[in-house]
Amino acid sequence: MLELKNICFTRDNKKILDNINLRIDTNKFIVITGPNGSGKSTLAKIIMGIEKQDKGKIIFNGKDITKLSINQRANIGIGFAFQAPIKFKGITVYDLIRLSVGKDIKKAEACEILSKVGLCAKEYIDREVNSSLSGGELKRIEIATVSVRNSQLTIFDEPEAGIDLWSFNNLINVFEEMRKTTKGTTLIISHQEKILNIADEIILVNNGKIQEYGTKEEMLDMVLNKPKCCKLGGTNSGNNR
Amino acid sequence: METIDKELLKKITDSEEYKGAYNIRKNGKGIERKITENINIVTKEGNQGIDIFVKANTKFDIVHIPVIITQSGVKDVVYNDFYIGENAHVDIIAGCGIHNDECNDSEHNGIHRFFLEKGAKVKYIEKHYGQGVGKGKRLLNPMTQIEMKSGSNFEMETVQIKGVDSTIRTTKALLMENTNLVISEKIMTHDKQYAKTVFEVKLNGENASTHVTSRSVATEQSEQQFESKVIGDSKCFGHVECDAIIKDGAKVIAIPQIIANNVEANLIHEAAIGKIAGEQLTKLMTLGLTEKEAEQEIINGFLK
Repeated sequence: MLELKNICFTRDNKKILDNINLRIDTNKFIVITGPNGSGKSTLAKIIMGIEKQDKGKIIFNGKDITKLSINQRANIGIGFAFQAPIKFKGITVYDLIRLSVGKDIKKAEACEILSKVGLCAKEYIDREVNSSLSGGELKRIEIATVSVRNSQLTIFDEPEAGIDLWSFNNLINVFEEMRKTTKGTTLIISHQEKILNIADEIILVNNGKIQEYGTKEEMLDMVLNKPKCCKLGGTNSGNNR
Repeated sequence: METIDKELLKKITDSEEYKGAYNIRKNGKGIERKITENINIVTKEGNQGIDIFVKANTKFDIVHIPVIITQSGVKDVVYNDFYIGENAHVDIIAGCGIHNDECNDSEHNGIHRFFLEKGAKVKYIEKHYGQGVGKGKRLLNPMTQIEMKSGSNFEMETVQIKGVDSTIRTTKALLMENTNLVISEKIMTHDKQYAKTVFEVKLNGENASTHVTSRSVATEQSEQQFESKVIGDSKCFGHVECDAIIKDGAKVIAIPQIIANNVEANLIHEAAIGKIAGEQLTKLMTLGLTEKEAEQEIINGFLK
């Protein structure tokens, strides 16, 4: 489904991504984990087209999408949930859901979409997507706008960032539900054990390279017990598929 | 009424039929009027405007006073005074639409004065709009003066949709004790248009409060200026928020002034001018919108 070939990204003389090669299959729930600053978020943004790699190719469903813009990638089936949800002035929750769906929808339909991420829709639908909403609320709205698109590949950049434990536990339920019902591949960047636990596969990124890639069963123990992981700075020759 | 009249009226009042009282003015003359049991409208001497009287204790009523100018070269100055009785509750919908297809300038200067008695409650909506392909300019200079007695409330929504070449919009208010004034302004300018807003609010009585919000979008070569002055003379609260999106070669100037003459006065001014945030565009593009579509949605939301 998605293939990254020789992706390199350097900023301020620092190699953020160092020749990443990766193949991701369809209908999988995959978690990318690794230390802070290892290049996970950059990798996610490069797949969506938000950042441009210095070198390398991106193949999606057999087509080279390296030169496609963000919206072109969105329209061929890639979705992206931001680590820090974007705030607006004047744009309401309803507006954002309507834009996500891509056509005019009734408020009742928008409410139904919001309810799926555990928000009491009537209280939120006409509110502006601004700082008056809490981190947890913004995160749920972000997830609603992304999941409603039913993209073939949906990327979540650290969904746990910036929210309290209580909100996080509720989010896990949302992801577990998505895990059961969503078709396509979900790619989540996360450090959280609860999210790692619901993965099919785990990718460990370190120092801009893919350290290891395997099934949850193969990877979980290593990731949780040796967080500094295992001969850091190793080559990119891990179990890359 | 001609089709163009109806079109302009719909643009500025959002409706074709008016409930309650109304007075329609076209090219400097009153053309239609209706009064109700609670609202009386009287022509001033010399047809220079109207006096609107809302009876005390009116539970709720509406009055529309739209102005349209379809004749090129007309300069219309009108003085409208609103007398709102004690504890009366009324919505007032005003505004001016100019259609100018020719080369002479068309201008409307509406001077509106509001006198609110104790406990009165007013919602005042005014929209300004210009259209037509002529080289003649469309000029609008509304002046609003509000005097609020104890316990009264005034909410003002003022919108300049598009097509106005030059405008100076002045609003002055005097608030006595336990009063609340909320002003919300939305302006969009394009081409070489000029828009200046002047707000001056005097919080005279104890527990007087005001909240002024201005959201504007300046595009192309247009220029906007926002001046606000809030004066706190007693234990009071004032909050002014000026937010502008700037594009192309436009220019925006914000001049805030808050003056506290009393140790209990709590006054805040916030002003922000900037281009559309890149991350907002990116978010909407991840939902499949082109950059141009994303920009339009952000502006539409901002001015909604």
